[in-house]
Amino acid sequence: MATIGHNNLNAKLVLLGDMGAGKSSLVLRFVKGQFLEFQESTIGAAFFSQTLAVNDATVKFEIWDTAGQERYHSLAPMYYRGAAAAIIVYDITSSDSFSRAKKWVQELQKQVFERNMNLSNTRIGGGWGVEFKEARVYAEENGLFFMETSAKSAANVNDVFYEIAKRLPRAQPAQNPTGMVLVDRPAEGSRAASCCS
Amino acid sequence: MDEEYDVIVLGTGLKECILSGLLSVDGLKVLHMDRNDYYGGESTSLNLIQLWKKFRGDNKPPPHLGSSKDYNIDMNPKFIMANGMLVRVLIHTDVTKYLYFKAVDGSYVFNKGKVHKVPSNDMEALKSPLMGIFEKRRARKFFIYVQDYNESDPKTHDGMDLTRVTTKELIAKFGLDDNTVDFIGHALALHRDDRYLSEPALDTVKRMKLYAESLARFQGGSPYIYPLYGLGELPQAFARLSAVYGGTYMLNKPECKVEFDDQGKVVGVTSEGETAKCKKVVCDPSYLPGKVRKVGKVARAIAIMSHPIPNTNDSQSVQVILPQKQLGRKSDMYLFCCSYSHNVCPKGKFIAFVSTEAETDQPAIELKPGIDLLGPVDEIFFDMYDRYEPVNEPGLDNCFISTSYDATTHFESTVVDVLNMYTLITGKVLDLSVDLSAASAAEE
Repeated sequence: MATIGHNNLNAKLVLLGDMGAGKSSLVLRFVKGQFLEFQESTIGAAFFSQTLAVNDATVKFEIWDTAGQERYHSLAPMYYRGAAAAIIVYDITSSDSFSRAKKWVQELQKQVFERNMNLSNTRIGGGWGVEFKEARVYAEENGLFFMETSAKSAANVNDVFYEIAKRLPRAQPAQNPTGMVLVDRPAEGSRAASCCS
Repeated sequence: MDEEYDVIVLGTGLKECILSGLLSVDGLKVLHMDRNDYYGGESTSLNLIQLWKKFRGDNKPPPHLGSSKDYNIDMNPKFIMANGMLVRVLIHTDVTKYLYFKAVDGSYVFNKGKVHKVPSNDMEALKSPLMGIFEKRRARKFFIYVQDYNESDPKTHDGMDLTRVTTKELIAKFGLDDNTVDFIGHALALHRDDRYLSEPALDTVKRMKLYAESLARFQGGSPYIYPLYGLGELPQAFARLSAVYGGTYMLNKPECKVEFDDQGKVVGVTSEGETAKCKKVVCDPSYLPGKVRKVGKVARAIAIMSHPIPNTNDSQSVQVILPQKQLGRKSDMYLFCCSYSHNVCPKGKFIAFVSTEAETDQPAIELKPGIDLLGPVDEIFFDMYDRYEPVNEPGLDNCFISTSYDATTHFESTVVDVLNMYTLITGKVLDLSVDLSAASAAEE
């Protein structure tokens, strides 16, 4: 979830959608300004981070990619844990990928309901052309934010993240446990503490 | 799935997930499957509905316990030594970035019918009601010896070669009584039985140092840490590591039959009519029941309570060791308690476990001395499972089978098994001094 401190927010953002829908392309365009025509399946990248300035605050996104675990429906519950937002991506040239995007919305709702999660906002990102109207209607019906993007031309890519950043709740009630992240330090009386949730 | 892999891993328990992660990072092509539709196998954490399904055969937990999703109940409760091997593996692989930990509040020991805080250094020894005034001074001298002991500096050895001197002889030199020896051996050095007394003292001294260093690391009331949301997070985090490095994940795969050639060597794994080829198989004992033997069993009680364990200073998370001698048993019993502060249950509830290496077939009777320390419980469940170890020759069949999780209170023996398996599989020794975080190329 989003955490706030001196107008700085940290927000975990997860990507959902079928293999090849363009999740990594979207993030690589946003984080590195890159686009590769034949993006290989994601290897070695656990997550990306990128900071955005919006009106009153800076938002640091920690963006989790699926690491291919969506392929056989083996995403672990921990993937969703603590996410402030999810982007569900589908490929506009494939109506199959759109119908599966709807399945991802259901899966997300199920995870939020069944697991100990506090997903406050859900976003749906997509493309233009095919199903545009249908997709927008679907998004509206399900209370999702919808935007068409192109990682290739960069159209709307920054905007989708900016819009999410704007919509993150600013003042989250303090979540119960703030745990610590382990870091490698000498044992002598050090205290590794960092913020979560 | 009709592809060829270097390694197929079966079961997503913690050991299998750590290995899957390490092997993927090494560049091996890994397929990881589980017959269940969830991660974690025997080391998963269950919500309330899953717990009721497993133990009561229905899925209707009473509403007064609160929301099912607020529970993460470990099927294999253990704490993590803050300076122990699992932490080193977590840091080495940079898996820490997926997890949040909190220190465990208290570490206690059962002695002469009462629960006492475990004194872990010379200062605490002087204050502890566990010992009389003269015994305290003797214990303090022993603690100082252990604290100052440095394996590579003979000046700190006080003329004793701890690879030869037995623990009993070392303790005799300080004149400690049996009562003190009992809590030092079982609650500080965390031995599960009394064999250590006749073994070289070095192991016990190292274990005491690990306890003290772990205690110093996070300034909690115990040497332990524990992940938020329960231990089920650990296998998931290592599975993600494996996936990030190219490992393929398939859950809910029935059967998972290991296939062999004429010479008895592994050739692949079949599930749902498809066979994936591989050079090696890594699995938990349940996937190759013909290649393991039973070595013991664990008895466990799981209690949901509305109060902390009595006499533990209202600790939100705590461990209590009941040394075997105090109970007239052959192996120790221990209590483990966690709560809302680690996000394993709703506010006001506590999850307590009583575990031991079973010596009978009646867990409810056998675990009674531990259960009696809990006070009233809202619900209690009893579990008993067999422990297995592999009997195959991995050099001949290329099957690498983990040993079942034992009844120890922490993960040191778990990681020893994993590191040994890693060496058997790869021929390499894992150098835990290397920090892998730099290897994550595409990161910020």
